[in-house]
Amino acid sequence: MCLGIPGQVVEMLDHEHLARVDVSGVGRVINIGLLEDDNVRVGDWVLIHVGFAMALIDEREAAEALASLHLMGTAFTEEMEALLGSTAAGDGDGAVGSDLPSGSGV
Amino acid sequence: MRFVDEYRDPVAARGLLERIEVLAGDRHHKFMEVCGGHTHTIYRHGIEHVLPPTVELVHGPGCPVCVIPMGRVDDAIAVAETPGIIFTSFGDMMRVPGSHGNLLEAKARGADVRFVYSPLDALKLAVENPDRKVVFFAVGFETTAPSTAVTLLRAKAQGITNFSVFSNHVTIVPPLKAILDSPDLRLDGFLGPGHVSTVVGNRPYRFVTAQYGKPLVTAGFEPLDILQAIVMLLTQLREGRCEVENQYARVVRHEGNPRALAAIASVFELRPHFEWRGLGFIAQSGLKLRPEFADFDAELLYSVPGVRVADPKACQCGEVLKGVIKPWECKVFGTGCTPETPIGTCMVSSEGACAAYYNFGRLHREAAVTLGRSAS
Repeated sequence: MCLGIPGQVVEMLDHEHLARVDVSGVGRVINIGLLEDDNVRVGDWVLIHVGFAMALIDEREAAEALASLHLMGTAFTEEMEALLGSTAAGDGDGAVGSDLPSGSGV
Repeated sequence: MRFVDEYRDPVAARGLLERIEVLAGDRHHKFMEVCGGHTHTIYRHGIEHVLPPTVELVHGPGCPVCVIPMGRVDDAIAVAETPGIIFTSFGDMMRVPGSHGNLLEAKARGADVRFVYSPLDALKLAVENPDRKVVFFAVGFETTAPSTAVTLLRAKAQGITNFSVFSNHVTIVPPLKAILDSPDLRLDGFLGPGHVSTVVGNRPYRFVTAQYGKPLVTAGFEPLDILQAIVMLLTQLREGRCEVENQYARVVRHEGNPRALAAIASVFELRPHFEWRGLGFIAQSGLKLRPEFADFDAELLYSVPGVRVADPKACQCGEVLKGVIKPWECKVFGTGCTPETPIGTCMVSSEGACAAYYNFGRLHREAAVTLGRSAS
């Protein structure tokens, strides 16, 4: 739960500080309210902790973080399953298997 | 993966290892990596094997699941077994043993215990189940505390009355102070935590340099980040400097995330003291809900035993968390205590030093060869 997972913002949802992100090719909704001062935009990468974007990162950092996480094996798999299985983030719009295009080259 | 190779480059690693060896000289250096994520990188890439014998890394208390004492797990189970409750928890906490079993066993006995990824998932359950009371088992350092805070602010704003939080949030600075005050361990410096620092920034660590005269370098999670941070620590020592430096500036800002800190401050206040597994009671180290959020405070709403429970005698998690012993030096490591049947918390959490060593320790030599081909 302390693992930060990188995701790329693909859509701003314009209410309750929500945004749709692509995490390793899968879409889900997260809260980006804690980065309000960073003026997060579509295409930006963020570090996600328990459903909240906690830091703005660049693409390079996102790629490294994902690679490191993959090396963690089950710890990462469990965290990803949890993240992607979670539907919360306020509007029930973050379900698994969304219609997002997959694969973002990371 | 086009960027990644740069951070695993054996040539760069060899260069850093040579500098480490030269800078360390003949003196033995002991550095603590505070964060469980760093422990993972160190074991996964066999960094301990490629460092010269003059540089030793010891693991610190930066695993939020590992530091929860048994008594708090018992309290959580007591709340979970209150009739009518939906008790929600991060997956990591479900297998942490209390004195009479864990949350999964409570679930098997009939308690409605559910695993959530985010506190917002728990709040959503409350909205969907207006006739039930939903409790969220909040754990973690400053990486997760802001999320709990924002969730509570939202619950309050929306007037949700069937949601509450059992707060076990802790802060990173007091345990560092406790470790520095402990006579068991003589450290020469710290690798500062990466992700916690995205929230708290680098300022809170100033006391480490100012009051204790130990350098601290906030580090990233790649093998070369760790090696680079060690070079920075050794360089400070060699030059007679003692500063808080930031190796992970590509992610960690000096001021952290002010909004996240403000969210924590608006919802939580410091407890007079909080018990940490292995470290005992540490003053002003735990977060409880402010009085304005009393209606959301599970500790006030439900009866919790609040009994302090000593760790099992065989378990040496406390010494592991303080860096006094290495995981494999524990009497029950890999025999009585495994990830499948953990006795102590360090074996439960994927971020725990014991689980990391159990899972990756055997890969050590192989990984060491890849990274530091070199080093011999």
